[in-house]
Amino acid sequence: MDINAYIASGVLELYVAGALSEKENAEVYALIQKHPEILQEVLEIEAAVVKLTSSTSQRNNLHILENVKKELGFDGNDTKVVSLVKPKYNWITYTGWAASIVLAFGLLWTVNQNKQLQTDIQVAETQQSLLETQIENSKNSLAEANTLITVLRDDNIARIPLAGQGNFANTYAKVYWDKNEKRIFLDAQGLPDPPEGKVYQVWSLKLSPLTPTSLGTIDNFISDNNKIFEIENSNESEAFGITLEPAGGSETPTMEFLYTLGVVAS
Amino acid sequence: MDLDVLIEKFQAKDEKAFEKLYAMYSDSMHGVIFNIVRDHGIAEEVMQDVFIKIWHKADSYSKEKGRFFTWVLNISRNAAIDKIRSKAFKNSKQNLSSDYFVDIIEANDNLDNKTDAIGVKNFVSKLKQKCKDIIELLYFKGYTQSEASEALDMPIGTVKTRNRNCIQELRNMVLN
Repeated sequence: MDINAYIASGVLELYVAGALSEKENAEVYALIQKHPEILQEVLEIEAAVVKLTSSTSQRNNLHILENVKKELGFDGNDTKVVSLVKPKYNWITYTGWAASIVLAFGLLWTVNQNKQLQTDIQVAETQQSLLETQIENSKNSLAEANTLITVLRDDNIARIPLAGQGNFANTYAKVYWDKNEKRIFLDAQGLPDPPEGKVYQVWSLKLSPLTPTSLGTIDNFISDNNKIFEIENSNESEAFGITLEPAGGSETPTMEFLYTLGVVAS
Repeated sequence: MDLDVLIEKFQAKDEKAFEKLYAMYSDSMHGVIFNIVRDHGIAEEVMQDVFIKIWHKADSYSKEKGRFFTWVLNISRNAAIDKIRSKAFKNSKQNLSSDYFVDIIEANDNLDNKTDAIGVKNFVSKLKQKCKDIIELLYFKGYTQSEASEALDMPIGTVKTRNRNCIQELRNMVLN
């Protein structure tokens, strides 16, 4: 734009007079920022107007300043409102600290709660697995019991009561022989727990001549709850006997410790 | 000191800056106010109110909106005009003299003690009537360009260029 033409237009004189609109004032200000020669022109116009208007003042106006200063409460040493010393800690500081402490305690409490809950969960999980084991055990027992019922109801199964012998007359046992499946179920409820280092050994016997065949030892006698043991037996047994033998069992039955004996009904 | 810095200090409630600005503009404002109210007592009263207002409203000035001088000039003119429109003023002063600022300057003996006085007196003595009118309305009465254009019955463009020429003459007399 033509700066000289702009200056010559007389807009700057109106700018100083305050005769322009707000928008026009903003435009002039923007141009002043860009063009120092426009600023210079404005300054000269302003200086001339200040002198002209001052000339209509017929008085010395310093005493008015004194009145104004008194009214405004100026104290003369220029400390001003800004220099008011603020208290070092205000209420915001205190509130802030209080809030932080409350928050810290809150966090600690939450962490503690969390730990407690995790422990609870572990306990619950352990209990659950215990219960699952119990359920499993119960299922097994039930299955065994069901098998037993089936066996008891089966006509093809021979029942052989074993009677107490000699010193052990007060003991007894029963054998249920499932010939088809080549197995026996020994009900040893009537036998006492074997002493330590000893086990019961089950024998299949032929009577003439007397030939014992070991069906195995009952190693889990004490831990078994219902004292019913399933044992394989593919022999043509004529009798069954139970002796007490050293742990691991013996080749031949120890006759002094023959607890029970029963003959298969022909 | 740079005027912008001085104004910033004043806006930050610096008393010394306020006093400096008062020294720069108080005669001018008093002249404008007196030209409107034409009474020394009332002019002082208005002056006092104006500068107290300027102190309290310092925040409302921004240099984007115009010159600081113009801001103070507006406040002064408005305060003086409000005063002569007030009931109390109307009751005490039935008739305002229709003199121009020019008459005041010419009658101002006090001016002889001021350095630029001769220049200004020279200026007004040679001033054409059109210049007197236009300066009176734009600077002393606070007319907008369109109000001045209407009052003087001339196009805005003419108001601008004529006013420019009048102020140019003034500058030649008082600034050189």
